[in-house]
Amino acid sequence: MLTIDNLHVSIEGKAILNGINLNVRAGEVHAIMGPNGSGKSTLSAAIAGNESYDVVKGDILFKGENIIELAPEERAHKGIFLSFQYPIEIPGITVTNFIKTSINSNLKARGESDMPANKMLKKIREKAALLEIDSKFLSRSLNEGFSGGEKKRNEIFQMAMLEPSLSILDETDSGLDIDALKIVANGVNKLKNKSNAIIVITHYQRLLDYIIPDYVHVLHEGKIVKSGGKELAHELEEKGYDWIK
Amino acid sequence: MQLTEKLISSFLAFELDIDIHSDIHNIRTNAIKKFEELGFPNKKLENWKYTSLNRIIKEDYTVFSKKKNVIDFKKVKDYFIDNIETHKLIFVDGFFDPFLSQTSHDGLDICIMSAALSKPKYAKIIEKYFNKSANLEDSLTCLNTAFSKEGAYVHIPKNTVLEKPIEIIHFATGNEAALMLQPRNLVVVEQGAEVEIIESHQSLTVNPIFTNSVTEIFAEKNANIDYYKIQNDVVTSSLVDNTYISQKRNSDVKVHTFSFGGKLTRNNLNFFQKDSSINSTMNGVTIIDYDQLVDHHTLVHHANPNCESHQDYKGIYSGKSTGVFNGKIIVDKIAQKTNAFQQNNNILLDNKSTINSKPQLEIFADDVKCSHGCTIGQLDQDALFYLRARGIPKKEAKALLTYAFANNVLESVKIPELKIRVKNIIAKKLGVSLGFDL
Repeated sequence: MLTIDNLHVSIEGKAILNGINLNVRAGEVHAIMGPNGSGKSTLSAAIAGNESYDVVKGDILFKGENIIELAPEERAHKGIFLSFQYPIEIPGITVTNFIKTSINSNLKARGESDMPANKMLKKIREKAALLEIDSKFLSRSLNEGFSGGEKKRNEIFQMAMLEPSLSILDETDSGLDIDALKIVANGVNKLKNKSNAIIVITHYQRLLDYIIPDYVHVLHEGKIVKSGGKELAHELEEKGYDWIK
Repeated sequence: MQLTEKLISSFLAFELDIDIHSDIHNIRTNAIKKFEELGFPNKKLENWKYTSLNRIIKEDYTVFSKKKNVIDFKKVKDYFIDNIETHKLIFVDGFFDPFLSQTSHDGLDICIMSAALSKPKYAKIIEKYFNKSANLEDSLTCLNTAFSKEGAYVHIPKNTVLEKPIEIIHFATGNEAALMLQPRNLVVVEQGAEVEIIESHQSLTVNPIFTNSVTEIFAEKNANIDYYKIQNDVVTSSLVDNTYISQKRNSDVKVHTFSFGGKLTRNNLNFFQKDSSINSTMNGVTIIDYDQLVDHHTLVHHANPNCESHQDYKGIYSGKSTGVFNGKIIVDKIAQKTNAFQQNNNILLDNKSTINSKPQLEIFADDVKCSHGCTIGQLDQDALFYLRARGIPKKEAKALLTYAFANNVLESVKIPELKIRVKNIIAKKLGVSLGFDL
């Protein structure tokens, strides 16, 4: 589904990623771990198409197509979803209006007509229930005044609504207490199936107790320095990142 | 001939046409004298520091349109608010248009100034209110007073709640190469009465139009007024809107100004609180582009205790456009327990767009709550990426953020059909079709 080939990315001339290679197939869960500043968030931003990051070299192939030149919205239309580490607060747009606009923009881009209002409402209710989101929450301004846990649940709620092929969960566990973590992980697990894939980006092994990865990759100074199965995460938890440096 | 001289000499011709033996005539004569003394405002005046009228007054305007023009409703129906019953006061090139209008004398008066200024049955109201809150030292107001003849006249008697809003539209047809218009409006809302008014100025031509409008509004005890100004004119039209609002005890007046069009738009919005327990609200959304200029000068005079004022102005500027916000709040020594809030937030979308924002607080009382805030920024790039990452295209994402920015002011529009109209204007202005609710 996703093939990253020798990816070099820099921000304002400063090299952050120095040759990433990664291959994610449908049905797989990959965890990308690494210390602060290793380039984890840069990798997620580069896949999602954030224009503040310059791809200096290398390719990102999604479903066989090179997406390097595509705008963020075009990548979303193809089925890439990024759960933000820091979801943006946007006063004046309700969660419901935001998700409606998002869904219909994606449908429009695929040449389909808007989702009928009743179908939309039913889906919103169903997915909100999955993430244990109160209906009052849906009429609030997007992320404004949300707690850390509410913001992350709202991200996974959007993932549930959009049903992407590839989801990148950027530090979804940060700012979550154990109950919220369980709700979020449970939601993600229910959305997982044979035809989609998930990349979990995390500093800690904690989340990986709930979302079990098929592969674990360790990022250090902009390179994947070690790959392995889920047991690698436990090893890192015990020994710390100094061990792989 | 310079416009100033032309106007002064035109006053003689104007006098031939009207009853010069009335009290109104003395008011007009004094006003033209004052204008002659002051002339058009220039940038040397503190209040006109950021806005120059030079490029507007250099045109050779016809001061009075020579003949009445008839316009076909079909051609202008888009300028009326859809799907809503309204009282209508429609003016074409300065003349009242009885075909497009729907006046009312059914226990109230929704009619025209020319009648109010000349017919004995209105004399008492005119004597009590006409030119009583207008600034007698303001040259443009004086100029309008001198030529005051036509405009909207609204008198809502005690405890009357008007079901239908009043729609006031001033059309300009372009029959003259360049036309100056000076509508004069008077709105008197008696004790406990309620009214909603929607005002707009619409040029149907590319010929220069310069409108110098004066509106006096009187809200008696417990009166409620919502006044909407839709400023979405073509870029060859300019407007100076002088509005004076005088409020009595427990009255609530809200003025919502939506400025999207025109070459130069100057709003002089003045609130005078003549008693205690008064609420005054000023909301504004400005979205302009090219070399358009919109200038909001507000004044709230808190002259009595226990009153409130709320100002919330949002501006979004593209291209080489310029915005001005000057919010003056005066709190007299006697006006204890005043709550005065003022907020002006701006987004500059281009590096050639400008905003001049200035709060001006003169507070002489010691037990008051007064706050003011001003922000100037750009659209949040992180927010833009967030929306785009959810599949919302760049243009729509920008529009959505613009909406979100202006949303709390748009929310204050109480007439649903008007809210739709404003939303559609914004969508058109931003060049998008928007699939979300306001």
